[in-house]
Parts: sequence; structure tokens; C-alpha cells
Amino acid sequence: MAIKVNRRMMSAIFLVGISCGLIVTAQASAVQELLAEYGKEGAGKYNAVNGENLWKRVQVDAKTGQKRSCVTCHTNDLRKPGKHARTGKLIKPMAPSVNADRLTDKKKIEKWFHRNCKWTLGRICTPQEKADILAYLANQ
Amino acid sequence: MKKLNVYMLAMSMITTGLSGMSLADDDDEDRYMRPWGVNARPGVAPVDNPLYRNECGSCHMAYLPGLLPAHSWERLMAGLENHFGENAELPRGEWNAILAYLLNNAAGRGNYQVSNKLVRGLRGTPLRISELPYFVHEHREIPARLVRGNPKVGSFSNCDACHTGANRGSYNEHQVNIPGYGRYDD
Repeated sequence: MAIKVNRRMMSAIFLVGISCGLIVTAQASAVQELLAEYGKEGAGKYNAVNGENLWKRVQVDAKTGQKRSCVTCHTNDLRKPGKHARTGKLIKPMAPSVNADRLTDKKKIEKWFHRNCKWTLGRICTPQEKADILAYLANQ
Repeated sequence: MKKLNVYMLAMSMITTGLSGMSLADDDDEDRYMRPWGVNARPGVAPVDNPLYRNECGSCHMAYLPGLLPAHSWERLMAGLENHFGENAELPRGEWNAILAYLLNNAAGRGNYQVSNKLVRGLRGTPLRISELPYFVHEHREIPARLVRGNPKVGSFSNCDACHTGANRGSYNEHQVNIPGYGRYDD
């Protein structure tokens, strides 16, 4: 009996270990692959500090006169949930350290860069800007 | 003997055929003969497409396709770059799949009571569910302080703030629970 429990525990620990490993790998590989792609598109070495500055930079929207930044919806604390500025819908935390799903899906990352750069900055982001922001977020 | 066998076989085939027919009649009665409106199911068909739920439900409630007619969805999907002031553009593959889902399940495509009422006599190509005449009529007596002036509701766009069955396609007034106010009876 004792052996059986131990075996079960071992296999549970093994499975948990493997899935944690997979999540970390998925995040690392999505981020690494995108950083490499941005490099090919002309981005230089990524810089997390520049990413943080851009993330927090306040822009005035030309059409509405609203002040906008990434912080508007994602809040100042990336480990806490955010709130959609218009609909009020909850946005799960951006920090991969508390939300393991973040930065694991290249397509999703690109989709939101496209939408949110346009909303916040009024234009799409350059490969350099995306690389910097990604480097900043990946460390959170 | 051979003749008898053939006769019995024929009889059994006829009987089976008849019983099949009568069973079918019992199941459906004259359902297919009833008018569209009488045959309608209650409410609105719930969302059954994970791609749609994920893509369109990340910023707001995943509005049930049966809440707008097909031509409205078509117009809305053509303007995702400025989606009520937001950018909601989708990659081409997802865009195609979601448009197909919306068009196939728009109000009037299935037979649901609330969907049918929303599009009855509708003119133009409205983009906002909350501007459809039936919607306006059903909500006409609700004071603004319970919706716009209510921080837990904010706007008529948040169906599921008050309609507890909104995502299941049930908009029955008995399932209304206005945050900070409670049930709402006419």
C-alpha cells in the first residue's frame, strides 16, 4: 500500500513537473521565436527598459482627445487583473509569473500587438517596439 | 410453398413500412405543418463555437449570433478596424470562420422566439443590438439610474450584468437580476 501511494505521488509530481516545464518552455519558445522574427524584420537588440517606458507612455488619442497608455486597461501592476476601458470586462493579469498562459501563443501576441498598438498609439508598432515590450513583459 | 413465402415477405415489408410511418407521425405530429412562429423555440440559440467565444468574448460578452440579422453581422465584420471606437481586427482565417458562423446563426436563420421578434419588421442595417426596436421597447421602462447610472451595469450592452441566463440564450424577465436592485417586474 505504502509503495502504491508513493508511486502515485511520484507520478503526480512527475506529471506536475512535466506540465510546468512545458508551460515555461512554451512561453520561452513563443517569446524567443517572436524576438528572432522581429530581429529579421529589422529590430536591433531588445531592451526591456525601453519596453517599460513605451508601455507606460501616455498618448493623446487624436480623435477623442482621451489619454491612453497600456496602463489604461492593464493597470500599473501587471500581476493584477486589468479592466477593459470601454466595456469594463476583466482582463487577466499580463505577468507570466502569475498567469502561465501569457506569452505562450505567437498568434495571440501578434493579434493583440496589432489591435492595442493601434488603439493606444494610433498606429501599428515597429518590430523594435514589439521586441522591447515583449522583453519587458516576459520578465514580469 | 414458395408462393406463400413471397406473400409473407411482402406482408411483413408492408407492415414494417406502415409501422415506421405511423411512428414518424407520432413523433412529429403535424409539427412541420405549423406556422414558423408557433414552432419557434424560446429565447436565442446559445453560442456553440469556441473560436467565436474566445475571439469575440475577450473584450465583451460573446453576443449570441441570433441577436442580430445576417446583414448586420456582415456590416459589423466589415468594420472591425473601427469597432465602436476600438480596433478589433482579426487574422484572415479567424475572420472568415467567425463571419461564416455569424451568418449561419444570425437571427432569422434558426427559429427562436426572441431572435424572430428582434428582426421582425426591421429596417436598415443596425449595428447595435440595443437599438433594435424590440430591444428598445422591452427596456423602455427601465430607469437610466439602474443601467447607465449603475456602476455594476454601465450600459445596455452588458446583457449578462442583469440577464442571468443571457449566455444560455434565456432573456426571460423572470431571470432578470439588476445588481444593487434585484428582480425587475413590469
